[in-house]
Amino acid sequence: MSIKEPDGEVTLLGALTQLRVVPPPNFTESILARVGITVESDQYVLVDGPTGTLFVAFNSKGINHLSLADAAQDRGQFVEKHRERFGRPVILTTSAPAGLVPALRHGNGKTLTYDLGGLSDFERDVLKKALEIPKGEIRPYGWIAREIGRPKAVRAVGSALGRNPIPILIPCHRVVRSDGQIGNYAFGSEMKRTLLDREQVDLVGVKRLATLGVRFIASDTTRVFCYPTCSNARRITEDHSVSLRSAAEAVNAGFRPCKKCRPAEALSLFQGL
Amino acid sequence: MMGYGVHLDVTSTEIGSMEQLTDQAAKDLDSAFPRIVVLYGPTIFTTALRVSQQSADAEDLAAETFVRAYAALRTYSPKRIRELKLRAWLVTITLNLWRNQLRDASRVPTLVQLDSTGSRADPTTLPEQRALDHAGWGEAERLLDNLADFERIPVVLRHVVGLSYREIAMVLDCPVGTAKSHVNRGMATLRKQLGTKEEGSL
Repeated sequence: MSIKEPDGEVTLLGALTQLRVVPPPNFTESILARVGITVESDQYVLVDGPTGTLFVAFNSKGINHLSLADAAQDRGQFVEKHRERFGRPVILTTSAPAGLVPALRHGNGKTLTYDLGGLSDFERDVLKKALEIPKGEIRPYGWIAREIGRPKAVRAVGSALGRNPIPILIPCHRVVRSDGQIGNYAFGSEMKRTLLDREQVDLVGVKRLATLGVRFIASDTTRVFCYPTCSNARRITEDHSVSLRSAAEAVNAGFRPCKKCRPAEALSLFQGL
Repeated sequence: MMGYGVHLDVTSTEIGSMEQLTDQAAKDLDSAFPRIVVLYGPTIFTTALRVSQQSADAEDLAAETFVRAYAALRTYSPKRIRELKLRAWLVTITLNLWRNQLRDASRVPTLVQLDSTGSRADPTTLPEQRALDHAGWGEAERLLDNLADFERIPVVLRHVVGLSYREIAMVLDCPVGTAKSHVNRGMATLRKQLGTKEEGSL
């Protein structure tokens, strides 16, 4: 069954779908005015990021949105995306929030303030935890799940990170799969790899260890075990380095978990003893 | 046993954001409401346009839907807001407002009442206006507008707006199986008319 159209045949169902329309301009604004909600506009700046120009949107509460300014997304598209996601207009400005440029340069978003309104409590917990991962280090998804007290919600952590409205600054790219695979990223796995390479994460080394089943590295002098990319683990010389396949193995061998990178499942095992 | 096949046409991310939205609305309505309008604006405006069949009224009808929804949400408990099926609830408001408008219009003698088949039989509309309204609109639209309300509305909700059968059942206040058969009957009529019409040309 079909309907003849100038540009060829379309099905009846397809033709019905075509009847979807969007409201006229200012539809949302006029409704909000009628119910007495005043909407503060967000502002955005164009800044240089680690891989090119970025859009960064913010308001008086903090930064709330970051995206790539590239061939795939011009200013109009960013503004539209922002409106869809936050229900607020966003206008261009040239004055960036204090500390934004150094934070991007040093790969440290911890110093900035963020507006995470509109996210669930769980998503906020996940993002705040991701913010604690230092530049040059990576953690598995399960680490975030354990650290926020939801050890079984590993997949949910993945999707919360996937919806991170402020990637790069909130470094969800530093969260990878425990098997050494790089995992998904909103801007594509290749971009994730690029970002980690630039932070000098030894992805090849991490992958090789994971293939061997090694999850943690310990020092036989300090008796501390860490995630392999933890700054403490990277200081261990080859002569004193011990490869560990699990937290249980580490604890049984008399190692304690690092207080910096907190291999969390190990910590809970340890406390249980 | 009736076919209770639930057809969820929304993607999982949309479901995620819906739950999140009701959750946010329960906590802070004024911060969630702009997103509700942005997210469901197309759904409600499309519904309003297709049921009222008059583009000028559709914007008012759609806007009024959100204004009423806001007023209602203000009075709801957080628990009640969290349990709302927002999309179906909003569409229900649109349809109720539209029915009330029709009823009120029928009481005012100077206004021309839509006839029972819901066709565009309004003699007061200028031909140019009708031509303008129809510019670029396809054959499906003309046939759809000529369907009687009881067939048109289910087809609009399912195949234009994209509600699930479960949502349609909520909106029409009937079992899911009944919602399905309403939609199927409307589609059958559309196909029959399309067949009749195209017999000569094909």
